[in-house]
Amino acid sequence: MRVMKLIIKNMLRHKLRTFLTVVGIAIAVMAFGLIRTVITAWYAGVEASAANRLITRHAVSFIFPLPLAYESRIEKVPGINLVTYANWFGGVYIDKDQFFARIAVDAEHYFDVYPELIVPQDQLATFKRERNACIIGSQIAERYNLKIGDIMPIEGDIYPGRWEFVVRGIYKPRDKGTDPSNMIFHWQYLEERMKEEAPVRSGQVGWYVIKINNPAEDAQVSRQVDDLFANSPAETKTETEKAFQQGFMASAGAIITAINLISFIVIGIIMLVLGNTMIMAARERVREYAVLKTLGFSTWHLVGLIAGESLAISTLGGAIGLAVTFPLTAAFAEALPKGWFPVFNVEPITIVLAGSAAILVGVIASVFPIQRALGTSIVEGLRQAG
Amino acid sequence: MQAADGQPMIQISNVSKSYRRDRITIPVLSNISLTVPGGEFLALMGPSGSGKTTLLNLIAGIDKPDSGDVVVNGTSIGSLGESALARWRSTHVGFIFQFYNLLPVLTAYENVELPLLLTSLSKKEKRDHVTAALTLVGLGDRMKHYPKQLSGGQEQRVAIARAIVTDPTVLVADEPTGDLDKISASEVMTLLETLNKEYGKTIVMVTHDPRAAEKAHKVMHLDKGELTS
Repeated sequence: MRVMKLIIKNMLRHKLRTFLTVVGIAIAVMAFGLIRTVITAWYAGVEASAANRLITRHAVSFIFPLPLAYESRIEKVPGINLVTYANWFGGVYIDKDQFFARIAVDAEHYFDVYPELIVPQDQLATFKRERNACIIGSQIAERYNLKIGDIMPIEGDIYPGRWEFVVRGIYKPRDKGTDPSNMIFHWQYLEERMKEEAPVRSGQVGWYVIKINNPAEDAQVSRQVDDLFANSPAETKTETEKAFQQGFMASAGAIITAINLISFIVIGIIMLVLGNTMIMAARERVREYAVLKTLGFSTWHLVGLIAGESLAISTLGGAIGLAVTFPLTAAFAEALPKGWFPVFNVEPITIVLAGSAAILVGVIASVFPIQRALGTSIVEGLRQAG
Repeated sequence: MQAADGQPMIQISNVSKSYRRDRITIPVLSNISLTVPGGEFLALMGPSGSGKTTLLNLIAGIDKPDSGDVVVNGTSIGSLGESALARWRSTHVGFIFQFYNLLPVLTAYENVELPLLLTSLSKKEKRDHVTAALTLVGLGDRMKHYPKQLSGGQEQRVAIARAIVTDPTVLVADEPTGDLDKISASEVMTLLETLNKEYGKTIVMVTHDPRAAEKAHKVMHLDKGELTS
């Protein structure tokens, strides 16, 4: 018989109590995993940001456009490799619940600045040639069963009217952190309609994307770009792509902080649940610990027995919870309105955090019972009712 | 019989012990001196609260005296730290409790095997030792039984097998028949007598039972913390 066998036998002494504790931990770890996945999904754009990309937008707000004429001036700033631009289009595809990003872009250079959007060369070439062509993410193609050559009709809201796009390419994300649900089309197509229908809105872009040579020079390049347009009617604000994405998150900051807090409260609760179980177990076994000490078992043996049992329960619950987290998050993502979280994966850091939390809970929950077991002398322990 | 170096097996010199309960100090043993030669079977008798169990605990190394010295087989108990004392207990003393104190989640075999987990014996050697100990106490056929599946007398015999499985020098027994019926008590006492006579174990036993005390070579009485005879 080994000590591990004794740990397992002790665990199974009160099967229902152990079962309920394991289930409690599993549910808590599962909830923790789901909450952390929501948070990481929220920050997916921030995490996917490239260090060598800057975003230039209107200094007052992202919703104000910038003149197209800025492009040629920005290009001349030292340290800049490439400049491209884009414009938020909005619109309704099928119905208002079908949400995904629809963006008008500089067709010539956009995909050079976003190498994580992988488009077959022939599809990209066709896209560049046709003014009403679009490229969609693989998730959009799958969700709406769209193929090359299909028409995507969109009802405009920011840019009113009926718009039709021909799918000429399907991009695949380079990695799990890349949004696979964008619909990208020619800014020129938008521009032509604006010239005809609303000339006052022509010649404008939503933001510029700047690829810089050296990420370490981001602050310097940003300052130089913004200096170009200082005191103009459309002053700019240039920042790293990460800072730009974080700016979007700021509005939901309080909610995310609250969700974050809840995820750690959940861990705190399971610590109390397991702690209670271990304290009850230790209280019932005071006499047995005294007997073990009488037989020559050392302090470390008792620490191993108590901490081992606590860890075994917490890691078992944690493992079950983590295993269930994957199908649960998949079901959760399925239940959400389409497009809410384009990137919704259980990240390795979530697994590490949940696993570590389970282990930490096991260790902390055993501290008080260990203290009690070690603090009771053999003579006192043997006097306790069995 | 003397201990290996010619010293008595147990030498207790001027030992005093008291306990504090709340703010009150309760003297339990007062200046006790006692010599137990190797191979002795000593019974300690006396009324409740006379200090019998405390004296037994001091001999077994599970408690330490306030003053005086307890030397068992040449080792001064008071000089050992907690870890050294735990190691010493595991090899030198076998303890038999009134209420058996078997672990309910372990079988008879596993309970007896417990002290051997602290040794470097191989799996086969451990199995041989446990089987021999359980056979000696007449429970070779009950190895896989859990304590709740055994009678009180059988439980106590498993406890005796656990006490002797490491082949200790000294056996201490605290009211070993106190929770048993007459027949079981008799069986247990016969077993202790065998261990003393045939295997040369030094036994110190606390008992209230005169019939149990009859099996001992020597009976000493304690009263109010002092040896009276």
